[in-house]
Amino acid sequence: MDILTTIIQNLANGLLIGGVYALIGVGLSLIFGVMRVINFAHGDFVVIGMYSALVIYRQLSLDPYLSLLIALPLGFLLGLVLERIILSPLVDAPEDSTLLATLGLALILQNTLLLIFGAEPNSLYVSYATATIKLGPITLSLIQLIAGAVILVVIIGLYLFLTRSEAGKAVRATAQNRLGAELIGINTLAIHSLVFGFGMVLAIAAGIILIPQLFATPAITGPVFTLKAFVVTVLGGLGNIWGAIGGGLLLGVVEVLGASYISNSYRDAYGLVAFLLVLLLRPEGLFGKTVKRV
Amino acid sequence: MTEPILKITNVDLGYGELKVVFGVSLEVGTHELVGLVGGNGSGKSTILRAISGMIKPWGGQVIFDGQELGVQKPHEIAALGIAHVPMGRQLFANMTVEENISLGAYLPSARKKRAENLARVYSLFPDLINKRKDLAGALSGGQQQMVAIARALMLGPKMLLMDEPSLGLAPLLVKEVMQVIRSVAETGLPILLVEQNVQQVLKISDRAYVLDNGKLVLSGPSPELMGHPMVKKAYLGL
Ligand SMILES: Nc1ncnc2c1ncn2[C@@H]1O[C@H](COP(=O)(O)OP(=O)(O)OP(=O)(O)O)[C@@H](O)[C@H]1O
Ligand SMILES: [Mg+2]
Repeated sequence: MDILTTIIQNLANGLLIGGVYALIGVGLSLIFGVMRVINFAHGDFVVIGMYSALVIYRQLSLDPYLSLLIALPLGFLLGLVLERIILSPLVDAPEDSTLLATLGLALILQNTLLLIFGAEPNSLYVSYATATIKLGPITLSLIQLIAGAVILVVIIGLYLFLTRSEAGKAVRATAQNRLGAELIGINTLAIHSLVFGFGMVLAIAAGIILIPQLFATPAITGPVFTLKAFVVTVLGGLGNIWGAIGGGLLLGVVEVLGASYISNSYRDAYGLVAFLLVLLLRPEGLFGKTVKRV
Repeated sequence: MTEPILKITNVDLGYGELKVVFGVSLEVGTHELVGLVGGNGSGKSTILRAISGMIKPWGGQVIFDGQELGVQKPHEIAALGIAHVPMGRQLFANMTVEENISLGAYLPSARKKRAENLARVYSLFPDLINKRKDLAGALSGGQQQMVAIARALMLGPKMLLMDEPSLGLAPLLVKEVMQVIRSVAETGLPILLVEQNVQQVLKISDRAYVLDNGKLVLSGPSPELMGHPMVKKAYLGL
C-alpha cells in the first residue's frame, strides 16, 4: 500500500512538472513543424517568462499567475518582432543559416538578461508556495495544480485554434506544404511570424509557471530548458506537436521517478538517457512511424 | 478578339545566373483553353512560376486582367484571381480531402462563396464525395489531382494555371483528367495548361504554344498544330 501510494504520488508529481515541459516542447515543435527552424533560443524564451514575472511582481506586486495576462500579449509581440527581424529574411536560405541565427539570438538574450539582472539566482516567493491539497492518499502542491490547470487551458486553446479556426488551418496548411498554402492565398511569412509569437507565448507561460518553483540564472537556466525542449520534441517526434505533449509528460515522470528511486543529483540526466534511448531505438519518436507534421 | 486576360510580352526568366526562358510572348483570351507544351526542361514551369510570383521576371512584361505583375508575392497573385494547380499537386497531405478543398476558399472574397463552390466542385468530381473524410495523402495520384483542381477552383478564380496535371497518371486517368479540364474550360474559365503530353493537350485546347529550350518555336490553333510536320515528328512520334 505504501509503495503504491509513493508510486502514484511520484507519477502525479511527474505529470505536473511534465505538463510544463509539454508547453515548452509544443512551442518548439510548432516552430519546427511550420517554419523548419530549430530554435536554439527556446529555453531563453522560458527565462524571459521567468524574469518578466519577477519584474511584474517587483514593480506592480502582481501575483505571477496574474502577470500572465500582461506577459503573454507582450511576449507574443516580442516573438513577432524577433521573427520579422531575424528569421523572415532567411526564409529561403539553407537550414544552417536559421540554426546559426537562433544560436546567435540565444547568446544575445542570455547576455542581455545577464546585464540587466546579474548572475545571481532569482526566484519568486508566493505566500501559497507551500500550500498543499490532499487528494485521497496523495498530496499535491497547490502551485503545481494551478500550473496544471493553466497548461490544460493553453493546450486545449491551441488545439481548438489549430483545428477549428481558419487561421489555425492556415498554420497547418503552411506546415504541410508551404507552396500549396501560398498558392491558395495564405501569406505564409505572416504565418511564420504568428507561429514564432505562439512559441514565445507558450515558453513564457512555462517560465511564469516555473519561477515560484525554482531558482533561475540567465545564462544557465536558458540552455538547460533548451535541452529539455529538444528532449521533449524528439521523444514526441520532430514537428509532431501532439507528440510533444506526450514527450513532455514522459520526461517529467522519468525525472521524478529517477530522482526518487535512483538519486536526486542526476535529475537532469535521466531525461537525456531517455532521449538517447529513443534516438537509438525509435528515431522517429515514440508516437508513430513517420514524421507527422502539425 | 477582346482584350486577353493574360498577356505576356517578351519575358526573360532564369535562376541565379542562368537564363532559361528567352523573350517569350504569349496570351490567353477570356474564354480560352491554351496549351503550353515542350520537352523536358524547356521552361514551361518556369513561365508559370513567373506568372504566380514565385520568381521575378528578368525582363519583359506580364499583364493580368489589366494589371502588371512582377512584384507581387504568390499569395497576392492568388488574391488577384489566378489559381495555380502546381506540379506535384502540393496538397496538405495530413488534412482530409474536404479540409484541402475548403481551404481553397481561404481568401475572404472566396470564403463568402465557400458553400456554393463546394457543392459545385463536388458535382464536378463526384468521386471525391465518398473520400471527403480521407487524408489527402492517402489518395491515388488521379484522385489527388482532382483534389488539387477542386482546391484551385474554390478560389473562384478569373484564370487557372495548370502544371502537368497528367504527370504520373495511368493513361486511362490521363484521359479522364483531360476531360475534366475541358469541362472546366467550358464553364468559361480561361486556362493555361502546361503539359509534356502534347497529344492530349492538342486534343482539348483551343490554341497552343510550343516551347523548345526556352524559346517559342510554334503557336497556333491546336487542330492545326496537330497536323504540323514539326509537331508530328518531335512530339507525337509520327
Ligand atoms: N529552381 C531552379 N534552379 C535552377 N535551375 C532551375 C530551377 N528550376 C528549373 N531550372 C532549370 O530551368 C530550366 C527550365 O526548367 P522548367 O522546370 O521550367 O522546365 P519544364 O519545361 O517545366 O520541364 P519539365 O517538363 O521537365 O517539367 C531547366 O533547365 C531547369 O534545369
Ligand atoms: Mg515543369
